[in-house]
Amino acid sequence: MTGRGRDDGRDRGGAEAPAAGRPSIPTDDEAWSPGSATRPILVLGVGNILLSDEGIGVRAVEAFQAGYQVPDTVEVLDGGTAGMDLLDVLAGRSHVIIVDAIRSERPPGSIVRLRGEAVPALFRTRISPHQLGLSEVLAALKLIDAEPAHLSLIGIVPEDLSTTLELSPRLAAAVPTLAAMIAEELAGFGFPVAWTDTEPGAPPAPRA
Amino acid sequence: MRITVDPVTRIEGHLRIDCEVEDGAVSDAWSSGQMWRGIELILKGRDPRDAWVFAQRICGVCTTVHAIVSVRAIENALDLEVPLNAQYIRNLIIGAHSVHDHIVHFYQLSALDWVDIVSALDADPREAARLAQSLSDWHRNSEHEFAQVQGRLKAFVDSGQLGVFGSGYWGHPAMKLPPEVNLMAAVHYMQALDYQRRANTIVAILGSKTPHIQNLAVGGVANPINPDSQSTLTLERLSRVKATIDELGDFVTKVYLVDVAAIGALYADWTQYGAGVTNYLSVPDMPLDTRGSEFALPGGYITGGDPATLKPITSYHDAYFEDGVQESVKHAWYTGDQGALHPYQGETNPGYNGFNDDGKYSWVKAPTFYGERAQVGPLANVLAMVAAGHEPTTRYLNQALNLAGQVAGAEIPLAALHSTIGRHAARAVRCAVLYETMADQWTRLMNNIASGDYATFNRPMFPRGEIRGVGFHEAPRGVLSHWAVIRNGRLANYQAVVPSTWNAGPRDDNDAPGPYEASLVGNPVADPTKPLEVIRTVHSFDPCLACAIHMVDTEQQEIVRVKAL
Repeated sequence: MTGRGRDDGRDRGGAEAPAAGRPSIPTDDEAWSPGSATRPILVLGVGNILLSDEGIGVRAVEAFQAGYQVPDTVEVLDGGTAGMDLLDVLAGRSHVIIVDAIRSERPPGSIVRLRGEAVPALFRTRISPHQLGLSEVLAALKLIDAEPAHLSLIGIVPEDLSTTLELSPRLAAAVPTLAAMIAEELAGFGFPVAWTDTEPGAPPAPRA
Repeated sequence: MRITVDPVTRIEGHLRIDCEVEDGAVSDAWSSGQMWRGIELILKGRDPRDAWVFAQRICGVCTTVHAIVSVRAIENALDLEVPLNAQYIRNLIIGAHSVHDHIVHFYQLSALDWVDIVSALDADPREAARLAQSLSDWHRNSEHEFAQVQGRLKAFVDSGQLGVFGSGYWGHPAMKLPPEVNLMAAVHYMQALDYQRRANTIVAILGSKTPHIQNLAVGGVANPINPDSQSTLTLERLSRVKATIDELGDFVTKVYLVDVAAIGALYADWTQYGAGVTNYLSVPDMPLDTRGSEFALPGGYITGGDPATLKPITSYHDAYFEDGVQESVKHAWYTGDQGALHPYQGETNPGYNGFNDDGKYSWVKAPTFYGERAQVGPLANVLAMVAAGHEPTTRYLNQALNLAGQVAGAEIPLAALHSTIGRHAARAVRCAVLYETMADQWTRLMNNIASGDYATFNRPMFPRGEIRGVGFHEAPRGVLSHWAVIRNGRLANYQAVVPSTWNAGPRDDNDAPGPYEASLVGNPVADPTKPLEVIRTVHSFDPCLACAIHMVDTEQQEIVRVKAL
């Protein structure tokens, strides 16, 4: 059990990672620099994995990380249901892609993609079932001038929110689609990513 | 008249408060958790060594505290000692998390109940900076920074995008601070956004990651210590931790503590409201030995608001704590009304049947300590630490009371702490104490490594048959305990009794109200359609029900929905 602290190379604590292309953040004399975002692009999965499809955002970014060759400029993070804790994670990124379950009149499994100002607007109206903190975090980022230049949301309507670690079959089937959409979104930003799998279209391998 | 505030938290949601208001004051109150929690169902049958990985998902705000308490519960069941390095590293993590949480609570989650951001736009930045400089030698109280922040706020307000400020009760008659004080608080609000991030980086460095730390293990931590290796906890990283602790200390002692004292003094009438339940429960924390029998921070049980009654809780194996806790479901939406149960026997069988004032009305259970309701949180902890003669706590508390007394022009007694504003003051005092304790823990860690002790982990061995254990932690919102029953190396039962359960719980088996409910009775309400006063008292507890219960449904379209009937 000593191996718990899995080092996946995405340790944010390291001072050694260069701040490649890092955009400027607050200009005050005590402006924050160490320990924060060391990669300009963040893929953030949010949700509660204890509540079935509520955790789809986390499951989708895990699948993306397992199934694609993620470039060094991209950090993939499981944000859980954190609120203000995510301020430091989000501050100073150039591009942020949030993957989340959303509440909608549309049938379970429906996927939406939003960009720019539509994203904070979504969280303000709380279509997303658990997005308690994200609206406030995005507003706080604006206050401290550390908001991402490009913000996207990939959302999917959940089917089952019961207390279990398993996704519903419908949403489990959508995981590869969501992972592919993350890759597409990154490509759209000008950062193409390749499959890890030899056979394109194969479901991503489960994470070790 | 009946008013319903739902959800009452600015950020975390899930809590509904109902009040009867008569003649401009609350005459009765009901606190209701609107969602159901089911972590127990996920954990039954699992490997106890993995429990913390799931437990830290109970809450999005306090991932760290649930992880720590979970490993402590399993270690307690095994009677497993934890190497000193691991204790110190864990202590630094929980200290940093608490400092982060307290700063966020005051500035980002509750200051706007007292501070009118729109009024800050009318302030003279020079006067405001001069006022701030008269209270503290903080180096960022400059006229330049005050004017800059005021300009940024103005741009925000003019753009119509109030964002985080959108839900405030601007211009409410209960808002009483002069524009200069409002501006001072607004400047510090912005600075707090920066300093709470710094606190989080300590968690990230030592815990390998936030928001979900990865370095824990039943039996210690997974941070290998080797001063010669770059891939482990290096001296460079430890130096950064120390530098960050010092920066936090400056902010907490020169800004947070000062603001709370000054704003508290200007709202001195709020020391008259919000006492509620004055039995106070806290637990000792920051263990200094491998067994958890010696602690940097004391804790215990105080009855009737009298610190002289303190009965200390002295170790992880203290039966006084372990035997005293029960939970009642008489007024909560669970089946199995066989009286209050000890957490080892706890059951979680949902049975929703609608909101009934005299019956069941919440998903939160009602915990008791030896049959009595108890308030938990920084106020409970500070009172216990002062009663135990803890020097740093006494010093910072006196500092806060003296400064508040100067601003108010009258001596402020210790008894003023039993109040809405007192909970804020105690939280700031505890935050300063935590900073000092973190600095001490850092020194202990460095000295221990220098002595050649690199141990961070003792391997757990699970016996056949049944064992049980409790892990506790004085978390930002108060006593958090996890209770585990382990049979043949697998979890047979698991219950989390979280701080907001103690404070936000409904009436108990004897129909005695919980701390939120009791604290609201007598609160003034100037305008029932804008019950700012009710929100002030509830927010002073730092409500967060994300762990007390869990989400099933929130179709809220507004941040705060108020219904006056």
